Amino acid sequence: MIGLLSGLIVLPLVGALAIALVPGDSEAAKGNARWIALATTSLTFLVSLVAWSHFDTSMSGFQLVEQAAWLPGGIGYKVGVDGISMPFVILTTFLMPLCVLASWRSIDNRVREYMIAFLALEALMIAVFVALDLLFFYIVFEGGLIPMFLIIGVWGGKNRVYAAFKFFLYTLAGSLLMLLAIMAMYWQAGTTDITVLLHTAFAPAMQKWLWLAFFASFAVKMPMWPVHTWLPDAHVEAPTAGSVILAAILLKMGGYGFLRFSLPMFPDASQYFAPLVYALSIIAIIYTSLVALVQTDIKKLIAYSSVAHMGFVTMGIFAFNAQGVEGAVYQMVSHGLVSGALFLCVGVVYDRLHTREIAAFGGLVAPMPVYAVALMLFTLANVGLPGTSGFVGEFLTLVGAFQANAWVAFFATFGVILSAGYALFLYRRVAFGVCDKPALLALSDLSRREIVILAPLAALVLYYGVHPQPIVDASAPAVEALLKGFHDHLDSVKAALN
Amino acid sequence: MTALSLPLALPELILAVGALVLLLLGAWRERTPWAVVDAAIVVLGLALLSVVLTKNATGVTFSGAFIDDSFARFMKSLSLIGSIVALLLSADFMRRQKIGGFEFPALVVLSTLGMCMLVSADDFIALYLGLELMSLALYVIAAYDRDNLRATEAGLKYFVLGALSSGMLLYGASLIYGYAGSTNFAAVAVALKAQQSVGVVFGLVFVLAGLAFKISAAPFHMWTPDVYEGAPTPVTAFFASAPKMAAMAVLVRVTMTTFPGVADQWRQIVAFIAIASMAIGAFAALGQTNIKRLMAYSSIGHMGFALVGLAAGTIDGAEGVAVYMAIYLVMTLGTFAAILLMRRNGAYVENIADLAGLSRNHGGIAFALAMLLFSLAGIPPLFGFFAKWYVFAAAIHAGLYPLAAVGVALSVVSAVYYLKIVKVMYFDPPAAPFDAPEPAAHGVLILAAAFVLLAAILPSPLIEAATAAAKSLF
Repeated sequence: MIGLLSGLIVLPLVGALAIALVPGDSEAAKGNARWIALATTSLTFLVSLVAWSHFDTSMSGFQLVEQAAWLPGGIGYKVGVDGISMPFVILTTFLMPLCVLASWRSIDNRVREYMIAFLALEALMIAVFVALDLLFFYIVFEGGLIPMFLIIGVWGGKNRVYAAFKFFLYTLAGSLLMLLAIMAMYWQAGTTDITVLLHTAFAPAMQKWLWLAFFASFAVKMPMWPVHTWLPDAHVEAPTAGSVILAAILLKMGGYGFLRFSLPMFPDASQYFAPLVYALSIIAIIYTSLVALVQTDIKKLIAYSSVAHMGFVTMGIFAFNAQGVEGAVYQMVSHGLVSGALFLCVGVVYDRLHTREIAAFGGLVAPMPVYAVALMLFTLANVGLPGTSGFVGEFLTLVGAFQANAWVAFFATFGVILSAGYALFLYRRVAFGVCDKPALLALSDLSRREIVILAPLAALVLYYGVHPQPIVDASAPAVEALLKGFHDHLDSVKAALN
Repeated sequence: MTALSLPLALPELILAVGALVLLLLGAWRERTPWAVVDAAIVVLGLALLSVVLTKNATGVTFSGAFIDDSFARFMKSLSLIGSIVALLLSADFMRRQKIGGFEFPALVVLSTLGMCMLVSADDFIALYLGLELMSLALYVIAAYDRDNLRATEAGLKYFVLGALSSGMLLYGASLIYGYAGSTNFAAVAVALKAQQSVGVVFGLVFVLAGLAFKISAAPFHMWTPDVYEGAPTPVTAFFASAPKMAAMAVLVRVTMTTFPGVADQWRQIVAFIAIASMAIGAFAALGQTNIKRLMAYSSIGHMGFALVGLAAGTIDGAEGVAVYMAIYLVMTLGTFAAILLMRRNGAYVENIADLAGLSRNHGGIAFALAMLLFSLAGIPPLFGFFAKWYVFAAAIHAGLYPLAAVGVALSVVSAVYYLKIVKVMYFDPPAAPFDAPEPAAHGVLILAAAFVLLAAILPSPLIEAATAAAKSLF
């Protein structure tokens, strides 16, 4: 009997197989592929909601756990969720149907392969968040590279080959160091079961190496300055839905990894390296915000703003307090919604004009009033305006950072100002001004399909802006347990020293 | 121990008698040499059956020159599978290229007999006999397309360099005999335990050099690209698979069972060979345009990765090497099957650029080859990842952190050229389509791709077999 979480992993694969079995390149085959993909992703979303309804938010441990024997020598198949991973699972399954819809017309070339790649990617992403075995985690974490490489390379823009290689090799190089660390942990603990590893005490000297190896992987994925350079390229070249998945989910694997592995398994090293993370976060927040200001490509601007926002996440996580960590989780979920929506908004105009140059736009509010409203909402959420989900995350991480280190919070606050700068600057140049280009005047406003895609995102951004409780409540017990273990360990080390 | 027990050598007997029967059959039905290929496959299949169905414990016969244990059976079955698939792939190719003669299948069987002897060798003389029987047949096969300039050049190069390496091996073996007083592996180990001697270590270096030549590990890899490129493609598939299994098997056996006493010395040598092979395999392949030549460098690199497990010098390491070779065998045979499908207007093409846009014209073939290439690059969830996991985990367990770090760094470099082929197939505009796929190669390709794609779901039978094989060495 397959459990709920395994079902979530298997379901998209079944859909992919179904599409693979419908042959042909005709219009009918394309239509079939689209509908099967939409049905599969929607069904997966429904199943994930069922899983959520079975999830007890008051408990801190792993729930819905399933396991099976796999490899000899303490390596098994094990999945489960806790308050930290559950929001990401829902975020993934929620965004996938929207991505399929967003690709409905814009992808007209090799539709079957495209949908298969997306469904395979969905299965791997869900598996990343539910994996409770370290080797299994690594396999699905790394396996996602293959479909994403193909998505960028086959359906991407002009410079797609360069972007696809850069994405693949950067991420691979980071991950392989983590692989060596996983091997070392395996020999130390005799198993790759994450629940066991969470209670394995690694020697402080070894922790530092392991932490650095995991950091190499997660910092690239996140991405943190200075290994963020693959992201703008990948974002710009990827098709719209690919950018959405990259920004909304793949980037979150880095932050999730810090929370799941670095903090609880290597507490001494996390404490030791926290200043490094603070420094890199502040550089990311300020430097990439400045870089975003001078971009001429809309997607590139949003990509740099993603790097800046992820800076808040790493800062919050390494504040080691409830506000910071919960804020980081919140910021990741919110950024998933907001940046995904922004990339979808870019896709809307890209489908019509086939350009992403900011200079090509101007005065869009006249021909596309509904679009201008939607773009305004998501831009303001990206800035972190109170009342949108972006505010809650930024505020909590700043509060958390302030308790840990006031200077860090002080510098990070500049990022809030700068983000208002580049985001509003972008909005003014795209939506306001005189609409004097004939191509723009002829543009049609959002179609019904596009409204269906953007409306739920807008609703959630506003809802979570005024009512953050559902996500905070779901993650609170797990975050508390994580931090309690973290501080207990550090206190005991301190006590032993005295 | 000294009793003569023929049943232990049943696979070898089947192969020896089979090869003679094949020659008779060939002489009798000279007009239809293809019947001999089928018969050769039957002979090899029977030998494989006799290997797989044997379950007895370790046995030694021929006065201690021949050993039959789980490790030997594991590696023999890999060699036999490699030979069978190479013959399957060759039938159609030989017919199209009008390379006739019944000697080819007979030579493959004889060479495989040499491999089995080599894998079971428990004595330096038996080792040398097995190695020479294998190699002499290989020299002839390399130049089998005798009217082709590249093939004859390949055969000659392989022969001259191969003879040199055999000489080195023989010299090393004689040094070991001189200082240890025996040619038997176990006896040498006992002598070494009593007293370490520089002479034996000196001899070991020469033996390692000779064997490194056979697995085409750097710095003894020079022959590989030319021979791989020049030999007929099914022959290249054979070279890249079966003989490597046997040579790697005997390398593991000699180092681990005969020289545990001087492990610190040979582990350094093996680590150096591993790094050199991985580096040459990674960097030299980057600029290749011919896919067979690229696969030559790829196989040099893979031997380097497998040797990382051997450098660990532990039971995990031996297990890692066994797993690595098994997975490498499948990936290599699958890739060469795909290369054999590269046929345009009746002529075989070998350039990577000829694969342009393959995913448009032959979606299934492109997908299968892409999976094999990602697997060769060691990207999970494909099975090639597990090969790397086991050898690197063994190296980490043995404390070889720098070696493991260098290895993973080089595996990123090697990922580049596998990705380049995927790029050509998927991202580039399509070239003219290939001819209709030939069923045998097509079937091998699909089976191999299915294996690397799905084996991760149920990996334990292979891993457990490799574990049992490694245990029998210690």
